[in-house]
Amino acid sequence: MNHQRRDTLKAGGGLGVLGLLAAAGMIKPEMANAAWNQTAFEAKNMDAAFAAFSAGKPAESADVVITAPDIAENGAVVPVGVVSKLPKTEQIVIMIEKNPNMVAATFNLPEGTVADVQTRVKMGQTSDVYAMVKADGKFYMAKKEVKVTLGGCGG
Amino acid sequence: MASPMRIRAAAKDGVTEVRVLMSHVMETGQRKDSAGAVIPAHFITELTAKHNDKLVLSAEFGPSVSTNPYLAFKFNGGAKGDKLVVSWVDNKGDTRTDEVQIA
Amino acid sequence: MKKQLLLTALGAAIVLTAPLATAADDELNFDAYREMLADGNPAELFEMEGEELWRTARGPKNATLEQCDLGLGPGVVEGAAAQLPRYFADTDKVQDLESRLMHCMEAQQGIPSAEIINGSFGKGERGKLAALVAYVVTHSKGKPIAVDLSHPKVKEMYDMGERVFHYRTGAMDFACSSCHSQDDKRIRATQLPNITKPEGAAAGWGSWPAYRVSNSQFWTMQHRLWDCFRQQRTAEPVFASDVTIALSVFMAGKGNGAEAQWPGVKR
Repeated sequence: MNHQRRDTLKAGGGLGVLGLLAAAGMIKPEMANAAWNQTAFEAKNMDAAFAAFSAGKPAESADVVITAPDIAENGAVVPVGVVSKLPKTEQIVIMIEKNPNMVAATFNLPEGTVADVQTRVKMGQTSDVYAMVKADGKFYMAKKEVKVTLGGCGG
Repeated sequence: MASPMRIRAAAKDGVTEVRVLMSHVMETGQRKDSAGAVIPAHFITELTAKHNDKLVLSAEFGPSVSTNPYLAFKFNGGAKGDKLVVSWVDNKGDTRTDEVQIA
Repeated sequence: MKKQLLLTALGAAIVLTAPLATAADDELNFDAYREMLADGNPAELFEMEGEELWRTARGPKNATLEQCDLGLGPGVVEGAAAQLPRYFADTDKVQDLESRLMHCMEAQQGIPSAEIINGSFGKGERGKLAALVAYVVTHSKGKPIAVDLSHPKVKEMYDMGERVFHYRTGAMDFACSSCHSQDDKRIRATQLPNITKPEGAAAGWGSWPAYRVSNSQFWTMQHRLWDCFRQQRTAEPVFASDVTIALSVFMAGKGNGAEAQWPGVKR
């Protein structure tokens, strides 16, 4: 018996991912890791998310490029890549504006690591995906809309 | 015990490209099981990658990273046969470390 | 449970009466999405587990599967899946990948087939069998589907598969063909291949087994077919029974010549 699938169906004709992300603010403070930026991961709006990195209001930059599909077949797995052409890029943060918690992942790049990372994120609904980049101590960003649809039975 | 990662690392033209698949539920803490009980949050929080003994990437994940996380990145240097080690730790304190030789 | 059935049934009925127009195709084009997922398909995690299982001495006979003959000789995995199902003289049966692996597990390792047949998807020995499938199909990725239909028993299975494909049954009076015999059909956003045509059959057969992003599971073709029956609201097929193999021979045979994309990645 496949409970997960059934739960997904029950959640209103396939809006499973929404339920899955309905309140990502409920992360329990049982984190094993002191370094984990709890403030950032629990931020519930973009301003708070930027503030958690002391990023102020990052400037939009054409040197930050997001690679993601225009439309995703399932929000449970959405590929997102970020490339920064800004010199001295030291950090890349991926944020999903319409998720209950914006911040999905942060990448710290030591010298010698190329500012080009890819991962996959959950998206509860169609949303702008943000890439925030810290380069030479300053913050920049780019955004791209990714539409999220619902699939049918088998796919 | 956590399942092994799949790590591929290949050096080409002075750049090493690394791709990692991790086996992890990345449970958000929002979902309920068939009995209606909340499934507790369980997700990778931190990850590091080292080339020989030098840190080449550190990352922090939240529960919005997909189940069975995928990560790809590149660093300058690295030669065929060098050691690449990837480690993660999750919010329950489980950890996993795997290593490969750069191809 | 009732509500869920009703919802899904309604959804299915809507599809039958008013399939989405092809105008939606531009908007609902998932090619870029799928392409980005193909590299680093999480099915690789199952493939890794399967490779380990293939080489691990297990079962009452404490043997590996390295002498398992998938049709190309003992231990040959490369390209084997692309030629399955096929007729095997040692069992005098037409077998698909799952039923053949199940046979090897019983004959060589002493793991009773009943344990798999009566098991649940993703669990126990049936779960291990799925990982083995992931390992084997990955070694036919990009190879042309090449099922030999010349043997009379294979031909018989093909004909039976075609009949089953069009056989209406169950509470909804559904057949496989209710959803899979027209071009450009969708359920919600998902495209349904027209399996009555070679390209549609190849699209279906050649992209399962697959990793499903919606539930993070690896689904074999047996699993996928079981789900088709479930969605038809008819009796669930017995694991690896003739009806499932007949449908597989029909799809694979019709898709012959096309490139296998195994393992797939699905919504």
